[in-house]
Amino acid sequence: MSNTDFLLAIENLTVSFDGFKAVNDVTAYIDYNELRVVIGPNGAGKTTLLDLICGKTAATGGSIRFKNRELTRLAEHRIVREGVGRKFQTPSIYENLTVYENLEVSYPSARDVIKALFFRVDEEIDARIREVAETIFLADCLDMEASLLSHGQKQWLEIGMLLIQGPELLMLDEPVAGMSVKEREQTAELLKRICKDRAVIVIEHDMEFVERIANRVTVLHQGQVLAEGPMSEIKNNAKVVEVYLGH
Amino acid sequence: MFEGYTASELGAIFAMQGFSGLSLFCVFLLMALGLAIIFGQMQVINMAHGEFLTIGAYTTYMLSTIAEQYAPWFMDYYFFLAIALGFVIAFVVGWLVEFSMIRFLYKRPLDTLLATWGLSLIMQQFFRSTFGAREVSPTLPDWLLGSYQLTEMTEIPINGMLVVTITAALTVAVFFLLFRSRWGLKVRATTQNRVMAGAAGINTARVDRNTFALGCGIAGVAGAVFTTIASTGPTSGSLYIVDTFLVVVFGGAASLFGTIASAFSIAQAQSILEFFLTGSMAKVITLTAVIGILMLRPEGLFSIRVRK
Amino acid sequence: MATLTQRLLGSRGDLLALLLLAAVIFLVMPLTLDIFRLNLVGKYLTYAFVAVGLVLCWGYGGILSLGQGIFFGLGGYCMAMFLKLEASDPEATAIQSTPGIPDFMDWNQLTELPWFWVPFENFAFTLIAVLVVPTVFAFLIGVAMFKRRVSGVYFAIITQSIAAILTILIIGQQGLTGGVNGITDLRTLLGWDIRTDSAKYVLYYLNGALLIGCIVIGRYILSSKVGKLLLALKDKEDRVRFSGYDVSNFKIFVFCVAAMFSAVGGAMFTLQVGFMSPSFIGIVPSIEMVIFAAVGGRMSLIGAVYGTLLVNYGKTAFSESYPELWLFLMGALFIGVVMAFPNGLAGILKSDWIRRVFVRPPLAAIDGGAAVRDASPAAKPAATASSPDDNLPRPAGAGR
Repeated sequence: MSNTDFLLAIENLTVSFDGFKAVNDVTAYIDYNELRVVIGPNGAGKTTLLDLICGKTAATGGSIRFKNRELTRLAEHRIVREGVGRKFQTPSIYENLTVYENLEVSYPSARDVIKALFFRVDEEIDARIREVAETIFLADCLDMEASLLSHGQKQWLEIGMLLIQGPELLMLDEPVAGMSVKEREQTAELLKRICKDRAVIVIEHDMEFVERIANRVTVLHQGQVLAEGPMSEIKNNAKVVEVYLGH
Repeated sequence: MFEGYTASELGAIFAMQGFSGLSLFCVFLLMALGLAIIFGQMQVINMAHGEFLTIGAYTTYMLSTIAEQYAPWFMDYYFFLAIALGFVIAFVVGWLVEFSMIRFLYKRPLDTLLATWGLSLIMQQFFRSTFGAREVSPTLPDWLLGSYQLTEMTEIPINGMLVVTITAALTVAVFFLLFRSRWGLKVRATTQNRVMAGAAGINTARVDRNTFALGCGIAGVAGAVFTTIASTGPTSGSLYIVDTFLVVVFGGAASLFGTIASAFSIAQAQSILEFFLTGSMAKVITLTAVIGILMLRPEGLFSIRVRK
Repeated sequence: MATLTQRLLGSRGDLLALLLLAAVIFLVMPLTLDIFRLNLVGKYLTYAFVAVGLVLCWGYGGILSLGQGIFFGLGGYCMAMFLKLEASDPEATAIQSTPGIPDFMDWNQLTELPWFWVPFENFAFTLIAVLVVPTVFAFLIGVAMFKRRVSGVYFAIITQSIAAILTILIIGQQGLTGGVNGITDLRTLLGWDIRTDSAKYVLYYLNGALLIGCIVIGRYILSSKVGKLLLALKDKEDRVRFSGYDVSNFKIFVFCVAAMFSAVGGAMFTLQVGFMSPSFIGIVPSIEMVIFAAVGGRMSLIGAVYGTLLVNYGKTAFSESYPELWLFLMGALFIGVVMAFPNGLAGILKSDWIRRVFVRPPLAAIDGGAAVRDASPAAKPAATASSPDDNLPRPAGAGR
């Protein structure tokens, strides 16, 4: 277990389900302010990797250090408070609440029961909510019930709910799935913007989108790292082409 | 608690209580099997499950009355017909219930609890209106009464042996049905991946309906068995319903073996404790222990680690 | 940015609904009913405490407890123990073999007061016990269940089992608890005879006041961040957890609040009706209390009270004249509420067609229905997660 300057240091990470190794001895390093895209065929272990980092699944071996703090033993909500935000594959927003309330509830204060009882939205928090809503293109929909948003808007709302927590590492699982072309463009722009203040890990399948946003790309295959490097290198990597890109 | 008995006396007590516990175990197991199939398949807890037991019990009672009055020569054989008929009637009623109510509530398990409770009230009142509020008992055939002398100190009642045989046969039948037949394959496929099963051409709605009906049918058989242990009233089903739920949850609802082991341990614990303490304390201690264990291991005794 | 008063009393529509309820309880009922029937309504209103608690933990938090009778009974028994000890002073019990202890203990050949009865000779202790004992019990259950992520159906079944176990325990230990008959023949509270008509009036008003108090507390909770979190975790528990909240703490909190409300109801029941028995603790009464909340509207604190009154009135009316019919009706009620009216009476009152008929004429589609979204019905009998800034137009579905 090395002491490290990287934001996120994954070393020899393994998780096994009854003998099947979904993630097998994975080592990867994410730097501050980096936008890393993780690609790979279905079943490669990409979502499981995110599950392991955010604590949804418990690792059976290896270590994950975030700002030099070991994450593998922490409870999920503690990992979030450390500064890790996770977006799920299917939009996971609160359908019963309005856009404003979704963001309000995600605001990172008053997370204990007693504090939450007496929490009041003051001007500062209100301003921050509107600021984030602006960033995610939903400034006009603040009082709309979240279930009425379009699929793409729901994805943005979820990103917004994570942004407002001010995470230093943001993990997005297929953020543009189901989006129109225009929405994809907007999302690419959004991601480039938010990357300025934090590191982002994105799992994606849409190669065009990946090319537009990626600094470095990590390719997973059958639970292991197949290749890693800038997009131009990866595109021409023979192993990757054979396993995944295919064209 | 155990002083004052010699070792062989204790052995005999355990054996006899064990055997009386065995009848209880059989009723638990049959009820739990039915409920576990339904719960494992559809995540539905049917609060009216006890009432399907009552269907089987009242069927047995009616057959006994008819045989007594119109066909006394049939008295020795009616019990086997009662078991079959109890299964069939409970199966049909269960099928209708799933069709008219349960299938609309699959995404809402808590609401299903309430709706099936309502169903149980209606069924209980139906029994009360049809058969009266007082408890009744079928006249058991002669060969069922009496007991078999095993050793000097232990006597095994014959109806106990019949009950065990029927339960064992039914359990084996269910095992073969679920794990060795084509239909069972469909059931397991639907449980594990409903969407894919549907895409592969399995009529998941019909599978659900038949599974639910099967679970209810097994409860009907439990009802016939039940008549050899106790008398039947409109609320007889509610006697065992809490225990049955705990048996299912304790056993993990994921495996047949888990259900069997769970039913056995709970029934035996209660029965043996009953000899040394009062009936109510035996029940309290057993159930509290089960809940305590569940709090430590919420997924039940037997469960498979699954990737979410 | 809601002020404290807004949090407590809700929007204008909510305040109106609360005043209406208060008027019904404090004015309409006492003026139109004789003392016997008023006492009956008082009894129903004690069940309403449980229903209000269920709106919080079940309607908003998604936690179905089929064992609220546990807390109702524990609160009731605490009060009953105090009253029984007061009624069992050595003079009144001079004919017993052991004077000075409750009659049922004497019948069971006990010769002294069991240790856990002794502190209940003190009224202050009893009051504290009514609030603390059931809440602590709920806390223990909550910690054991929610920290281990047991919820949903499993939780419901386990609460049901605990209710069954407690009932069996109480019935079995006749000497300690009065057994199946419970603790009866209660006479005076600190010298004041609770069986007189005037006492019943006083207790009725006290009951009503406490109930309104619980509703106001409930409103505060629901309009705070906690209320929104409850709605959120009912919908997507994982998302709440991954937003940095320890979800189990919120569930434990709301479950304990519901338990405390139920306990107060139980204690008021004992005072008004004059006894407490295990028949209010078990499976059947506990699930009936759920139906009270469901009929009134599981998302509506005030609706829950009306639901309780309605169902209990029906029960009394029908089971005298048509007892067979009543159980069929109850069963149908359970099924009907679940399948046709998931938000109960309150849901019907807020549904679109009522609003269109009574509040506004049907709108053309010109503004895309936006005006319908902005409309607030005149009287909304609900406590909802209110928008923090009342300048924003309230979205249509806010009364879920």
